[in-house]
Amino acid sequence: MTQHEWPLWEVFIRSKQGLDHKHVGSLHAADAAMAIQNARDVYTRRMEGISIWVVESKHVHASNPDDAAAFFDPANDKVYRHPTFYEVPDSIKHM
Amino acid sequence: MQVTPSETVSLAKYTPEVRQQLFRYVLQLADTSLILGHRLSEWCGHGPILEQDLAMANIALDLLGETRSLYQYAAELEGQGRTEDDLAFLRLATEYQNPLLVEQPNGDFADTVVRQFLFDNFHYHFLQQLQTSPDERLAAIAEKAWKEAAYHLKWSSEWMIRLGDGTEESRQRVEKALANLWRYSGELTTPTATEQALQSLNLIPDYAALLPAMQAHVAKVFEEATLPVPAETYMQKGGKAGRHTEHLGYILAELQYMQRTYPGLKW
Repeated sequence: MTQHEWPLWEVFIRSKQGLDHKHVGSLHAADAAMAIQNARDVYTRRMEGISIWVVESKHVHASNPDDAAAFFDPANDKVYRHPTFYEVPDSIKHM
Repeated sequence: MQVTPSETVSLAKYTPEVRQQLFRYVLQLADTSLILGHRLSEWCGHGPILEQDLAMANIALDLLGETRSLYQYAAELEGQGRTEDDLAFLRLATEYQNPLLVEQPNGDFADTVVRQFLFDNFHYHFLQQLQTSPDERLAAIAEKAWKEAAYHLKWSSEWMIRLGDGTEESRQRVEKALANLWRYSGELTTPTATEQALQSLNLIPDYAALLPAMQAHVAKVFEEATLPVPAETYMQKGGKAGRHTEHLGYILAELQYMQRTYPGLKW
């Protein structure tokens, strides 16, 4: 089968130094270099970022929505796993 | 008046003659960015894919931003009360001084890429030098626009390579576009009498000095694109002197329609 569509890429943007790259969306591109340029044009037009990551969508493996109950519900009632019993100093940002 | 590169000068210090020459020249730069920006904006909604539709619209907007700064400066240099809008929208085709290259039709994507590449290669190297102009305003405009032009050149260079070294069809199309457009590239670096006068004052870059870097970039990109550099040496010119191809009239009809029909209309 000839491939008529360019592969899909997931785009991650770091909005400023010290923050994580965040998933912002996806786009089509023939290769990684084009994906980064396209990401620049599609997702950073309004000064959203200082760094771009792209990864071909086929390399992202996702959890199955059908497993959601088994995967995530058990964490619901385990409040003791949250680090809410510490006092966070005011000077700590981005927690 | 001779300006040494270390000095900076501003509008108030120019003789009426230099001021007139500079007005004419800034208008030429503004017209060039306006017409090319308009051409690219014609792709909006028609790009081959969404991502490239946006890329071309972005470049068009960069060029329109540059053009506004230039028309504003031109209006000040003229000092006759005309505004940037008057200069952009209310002049006749023969008064526009954009080189012929930028008014050429979008054609297919390869035509647009080749036109953009030929222009960007000049624009980038030209703005790089214009940043050191003793004219403060031109230097400031160049500083901002040069960063944008660096991206434009990256975009069009990559597409030259992708199309040239792509499929049989993409290669054919880019070769056809080169056969049509190469002859318009020489006008960019062929100075008019006004440009020569300003170059002799060191107010604007000497185009001959830009050529080695421009040719080196063409050689590099064409090699990667596996395209032969066109051997054609006959160069078409006239746009900078107001002698345009038939295309400019249609562009202006669309650009100027609103202001001519509803004078002073704002939105």
